[in-house]
Amino acid sequence: MSSDWNKDRKIKFTIQDPCQIVRKGYGDEVADDLRFVIKSVVGEDNVIEMTPNKSNNYCCGGGGGFLQSGFTDARRAYGELKYQQIISTGADYCITGCHNCHAQVHDIGHHHGAAYGTVHIWTLICLSLGILGPNERAYLGDDLKDVDVFHPESSLY
Amino acid sequence: MAESSIKIRGKKQTVFKDKVKEIIPGGGNLDLCLTCGACASGCPASGLEDMDPRKFLRMCAMGLDEEATSSPWVWMCTMCQRCIYVCPMQIDIPQLIYNARATWPREDRPKGIRDSCDMALRNDSNSAMGTAPDDFVFVVGDVLDEYREAQPEFKDMVAPIDKPNTQFFVNQNSREPNVEPDEMVPLWKILHLAGVDWTYGSRGWAAENYCMFLADDKCWDHVTRVSAEQADDLGCKVFLNTE
Repeated sequence: MSSDWNKDRKIKFTIQDPCQIVRKGYGDEVADDLRFVIKSVVGEDNVIEMTPNKSNNYCCGGGGGFLQSGFTDARRAYGELKYQQIISTGADYCITGCHNCHAQVHDIGHHHGAAYGTVHIWTLICLSLGILGPNERAYLGDDLKDVDVFHPESSLY
Repeated sequence: MAESSIKIRGKKQTVFKDKVKEIIPGGGNLDLCLTCGACASGCPASGLEDMDPRKFLRMCAMGLDEEATSSPWVWMCTMCQRCIYVCPMQIDIPQLIYNARATWPREDRPKGIRDSCDMALRNDSNSAMGTAPDDFVFVVGDVLDEYREAQPEFKDMVAPIDKPNTQFFVNQNSREPNVEPDEMVPLWKILHLAGVDWTYGSRGWAAENYCMFLADDKCWDHVTRVSAEQADDLGCKVFLNTE
């Protein structure tokens, strides 16, 4: 894996540590593993951390069934803290390692009209390997839609 | 922080907290609160429904069982466990929340969560979207064929279903096969390039478990067993939960 694609672009990423995997699962050790992978694919200088993070991270509000509970206003009020954290980093993307986080971080950004994108780590690994096709970029913004496209002729768009 | 203070009217008996103490391993330290407020000050749900984790625990300690357990706040705490992490006494407030959810009549619990649980019980997929095993098998095969052809470097890529004795049993959130199937592909590519021996299961392939969020013990036990038994029956060594 390489972060060369981002050497000059300098697109910034922040990391949402999933409660389930980190605090409730494997602790700071797996949070550090996650960072090793992320730094390898986007470049160390392009990661901006939220504070607090890792095991002490704030939940985004996507867990525990909140997304399906019907309490939409309360869920977004809960997510306000996370939204402010993400915005404060100034990052172009927030990387989420969990489906609930992905849905919630995406929703609170959209709700506030924020410019940041919400991405799965698998997307960035494949982008850095040069094997990310044109139809596998649902969560990449205009800044990355056309970067190192694998088999661009297969685009459905 | 919640705005209003706790009001006790008349003599109360603590039943709920003591019952939960008996259920959870180690008792959850539910009687050890120092009232410091570290839980409440770092909880994103503090203030919603005029509640916070410390207030919830204090209400339970003072015997305000009904007032605490019936608060809609029990559906707004995500049970993220940050309160335990910062608590000097490691008090398990999230287990109190889970068991408070379980005190609600099933028909009064949030419809969205209940419907997602009921969908998962419709067939052996466990999918909160109700997707049948056959539909999952079809979508995976269809997407795989399409990518092997369009991207010949991956003509040998696999996405096995019910392959026995693999290292990993991988599950999959229902959103991908149902709504954005192309999003499954990057994961397959990574597993392929890393030479990982893996499989999905036709039974129990869906990763989400809304019955657990519903605090429906019988149903979430069932859903979890379907997945675990499929992995066991296939002889897979590691259950890789991607949710």
